[in-house]
Amino acid sequence: MQFSEQWLRTFVDPQLDSAELGHLLTMAGLEVEEADPAAPAFTGVVVAQIVEADKHPNADKLKLCKVDAGTGALLQIVCGAPNAAAGMKVPCARVGARLPGDFEIKAAKLRGVESFGMLCSARELGLSDDHGGLYALPADAPVGTDIRDYLGLDDTLFTIKLTPNRADCLSLSGVARELAAITGRPLNLPEVAPVAPSIDARRAIILDAQDACPRYCGRILRGVDAKAATPEWMARRLVRSGIRSISALVDITNYVMLELGQPLHAFDNTKLAGAIHVRYPASGEQVLLLNEQTVTPAADTLLIADERRALALAGIMGGEDSGITLETTEVFLESAFFAPAAIAGRARAYGFTSDASHRFERGVDFELARTALERATQLILDICGGEAGPVEEAVARDHLPLRPAVRLRPARARRLLGIHLDDGGIQALLERVHLQVVREGDDFLVTPPSFRFDIEIEEDLIEELARLHGYDNIPAVAPQGSLMMLPSAEDRRPVWDVRHRLAARGYQEVVNFAFVEEAWERDFCANDNAIRLANPIASQLSVMRSSLIPGLAANLVTNRKRQIDRVRVFEIGRCFERKADGVPVAGFHQSLMVAGLAAGSALPEQWGERSRQVDFYDVKGDLEALFAPRTLSFERLSHPALHPGRAATVRLDGRSIGMVGELHPVWVQRYDMGSAPVVFELELEAVLGATVPAYAEISRMPAVTRDLALVVALDVGVARALEVLREAAPAVVREIALFDVYHGKGIDPDKKSLAFRVLMQDTQRTLEDAEVDAAVSALVRQAESVLGARLRGSGE
Amino acid sequence: METLDQLVQQAVADFAAAVDGAALEQAKARYLGKSGSLTERLKALGKLAADERREAGAAINRAKDAIEHALDARRQALREAALLAQLAAEALDVTLPGRGGAPGGLHPVSRTLERVEALFGSIGFIVADGPEIETDWHNFTALNTPENHPARSMHDTFYLEGHDDVLLRTHTSPVQIRAMQEHVARHAGREHMPELRLIAPGRVYRVDSDATHSPMFHQVEGLWVGENVSFADLKGVIADFLRKFFETEDLQVRFRPSFFPFTEPSAEIDVAFMSGALEGRWLEIAGCGMVHPNVLRFGGFDPERYTGFAFGMGPDRLTMLRYGVNDLRLFFEGDLRFLSQFR
Repeated sequence: MQFSEQWLRTFVDPQLDSAELGHLLTMAGLEVEEADPAAPAFTGVVVAQIVEADKHPNADKLKLCKVDAGTGALLQIVCGAPNAAAGMKVPCARVGARLPGDFEIKAAKLRGVESFGMLCSARELGLSDDHGGLYALPADAPVGTDIRDYLGLDDTLFTIKLTPNRADCLSLSGVARELAAITGRPLNLPEVAPVAPSIDARRAIILDAQDACPRYCGRILRGVDAKAATPEWMARRLVRSGIRSISALVDITNYVMLELGQPLHAFDNTKLAGAIHVRYPASGEQVLLLNEQTVTPAADTLLIADERRALALAGIMGGEDSGITLETTEVFLESAFFAPAAIAGRARAYGFTSDASHRFERGVDFELARTALERATQLILDICGGEAGPVEEAVARDHLPLRPAVRLRPARARRLLGIHLDDGGIQALLERVHLQVVREGDDFLVTPPSFRFDIEIEEDLIEELARLHGYDNIPAVAPQGSLMMLPSAEDRRPVWDVRHRLAARGYQEVVNFAFVEEAWERDFCANDNAIRLANPIASQLSVMRSSLIPGLAANLVTNRKRQIDRVRVFEIGRCFERKADGVPVAGFHQSLMVAGLAAGSALPEQWGERSRQVDFYDVKGDLEALFAPRTLSFERLSHPALHPGRAATVRLDGRSIGMVGELHPVWVQRYDMGSAPVVFELELEAVLGATVPAYAEISRMPAVTRDLALVVALDVGVARALEVLREAAPAVVREIALFDVYHGKGIDPDKKSLAFRVLMQDTQRTLEDAEVDAAVSALVRQAESVLGARLRGSGE
Repeated sequence: METLDQLVQQAVADFAAAVDGAALEQAKARYLGKSGSLTERLKALGKLAADERREAGAAINRAKDAIEHALDARRQALREAALLAQLAAEALDVTLPGRGGAPGGLHPVSRTLERVEALFGSIGFIVADGPEIETDWHNFTALNTPENHPARSMHDTFYLEGHDDVLLRTHTSPVQIRAMQEHVARHAGREHMPELRLIAPGRVYRVDSDATHSPMFHQVEGLWVGENVSFADLKGVIADFLRKFFETEDLQVRFRPSFFPFTEPSAEIDVAFMSGALEGRWLEIAGCGMVHPNVLRFGGFDPERYTGFAFGMGPDRLTMLRYGVNDLRLFFEGDLRFLSQFR
């Protein structure tokens, strides 16, 4: 809410400057978002009257004016404004004045004629963008008065951000009430006296939905001049509250809303037929609103209707057909209370909000309707003339909000806030904000006023206490807790360990959006059933990702566009898939994954290593290092994102935990990635596991190694060969490791040679040659029979 | 015939003249070899009379010792010279860069979160996690924000097509509910329930995108529920955290009344640095408050017995302030030129 400091100070005037006042409001929970001066700094500008305006002897477009600026003598001023005319009152910057931008006015000669000052447009004073001519002041403006005083320019426009619980501060009098409570200064709200009816014009009011509208006041005014000018002071206050001045009647309803907090609506009384009904819609009913939107109100939207038709959305917006115009002479003025529950969320459902609905859905003082109606009546009679009928008030007292007393236990307040505030102090604070406080035993029974909708439970009162006591006055203490160590599971490692290990192997962490382009899901994940957002922020962010890899691929593309060729990135994030029995949210599987991408040269460009492109085995090595000492197994995989010959499922303890592979050349080309990256994606949970070491006896006996070169068919995987050898290995074989793969000259083109180093050792004794030979023979026999292998060099 | 002394002198001079091992061995042979001059003299001893023989033999042996000593010394010197030559030849340009890969790094917000976890971990806060596709109930209702509550308009929520009751969580606060329920279930039936202290970092989503808002961003939720937790404790913990996080005492922290449906009293937390580029400006950094009794009840706690505080802060903002980053969007663009600055 925006308002003028000067206006606020007419209600309560604390001895604080604008900055202090703003700070005080902020610290009371009425956060000042902006505090802007009403006008830029300038000095030496007064109200003046042009006494003569003659043609400049040497210039067609200039005028030679004689100006009365209250100095006792007429000033000669040359002026270029087209509207300068004798008799006009305008702002005049006298010699020595400083205009916005620190522009000093000096006596000058213009085309040979002396000029002692400058007549100003609104733009030259920084008051508006209007530079059509001189700023024409009203005829009664007192000559010689400083323009800042005359226009009240030493004012600050405060914008406060109100939290939804403080609807009582959505008006000047509400803010003033709060300010008076905090500062202890007197509160001077406008006196509102009932306006005695002078005509007997009435319109019946029927409350069809008493829950939603338990009070409705209305009154007819006749002989009203809708074309009357809005007084300058009212227009100024409205404009400084961010509300455009439209016409006197509209301005008055807005003014009273700002002043007191009661939204009002003015109908053209001649367009109404019969009694006013406050009711829910019949099906199919339509209303053309003031904003030219035609809506078909939902069943739970409250309407104002007459006996013929729906007129307006109650508490939200009036109707175009029944509203006032400049031709209106008869007004039916509405001032009602609509229950927050009947208004909340409704305007939003139609795609807009209004000052009225904003207030009603948060809570308007239900005892205010008649006062506000009287206030508006008086202003209309004063400004637009006319005569007022009696106030018709329909009220369903049983349905007005209740204000039951709330129990406050001072001890609990002290415990929750951690302060020492005695009972007397508590009572005094509460009474400052118009809460009625009654002692009952150790407790207080506190009754909130009708304008407070946020005091229903003890904590609401404790919050008031904290606020009024001052959050700054609550100490900040080092808390006392029971000292218990946190668990530290050795068979798990923190996610930070995973991040640091990946970083140590050259990967940079990224954070990508969880919503992605639908095409990515289709291309990289073969996902035609992606989880779609109902309200995406952009079409390329419309579905939830089921894989981190497309995002990493996009990182590759953007970095390559920035001439970074070597890209190694990883992300830890959630992926989303449909799953009927998902946990913890049914319908969705959403587990944390870790994924990486490596592209470009295997190592940063350097003098000491031959440059080569990163390949499958580099990344596989990264994964093995990530899991070490746990061992992974790999199996050929067919995956939509990956090169069919260079992709593998990653298994841990026999279970698939993810995949690794080179990106499919089709996507590399389609997404313009340059060279193919190698990617991996794993369940984070699997990576977080760790083994607790278990000691095994170290053998003191000498170890024997034998090398074994086996020629096998090309399609025999190393993992399979190792598996077969290990199965056949006698107990003395401690380790079998691959140390060479050879395919080429000297070997059949459809064969390859695998060289294994076999380490044999016994914990208790030295092995004999015969045992070693037997073990090797056993391995060879097994390889021959199961893999069709033959010992290399054992004849063709 | 030369005297023994002359012979020794000659040998020393010959050895010194030898430039390498081979030359030295040749020189050695001239004196100590089979027909070396000293060897010849030893052989000639036999021709002397017995009494002369002893004396002459001793003199010859002294000369032999002297020659052998000189030989050893020269051998040693040659070895040392050879080693020096070898070392000189093996010298490297030590200014050439080292071999191998360059490390990557953590995301700047991860750096922050790691420190946040460590700082809160040091006073016993565990780390909790929750789903990002969340139920409407956990995200709003259980946090005391029923349907049509005006506070719901404070969040611009992403909803999923075809689902009315699920959404992308707008804050990490629903983790409070899940963690409280789990804590209460785990300690059911105990006379004294241990305190619940947790932080829950994670990604959250709101329909908002400009220079200062990202549709996805990070939050860290904090919660402490116990039998005697007060607003003063909340102020103490937050102020302590901020001073430790920014590693300065030159920091003002203020708590300003605010409103959140799930806490009461509620506060916004502002910080102002007392030096540097942002000196004297109040910067909004977190929201917090005492856990609302309805929320404690939804979590399974009796609000008469237990009280608690909760806070939600923006690690993105903390990261920006800590490292001087001026555009939130940089965190989510994957630009290595930016990210690699945080290694």
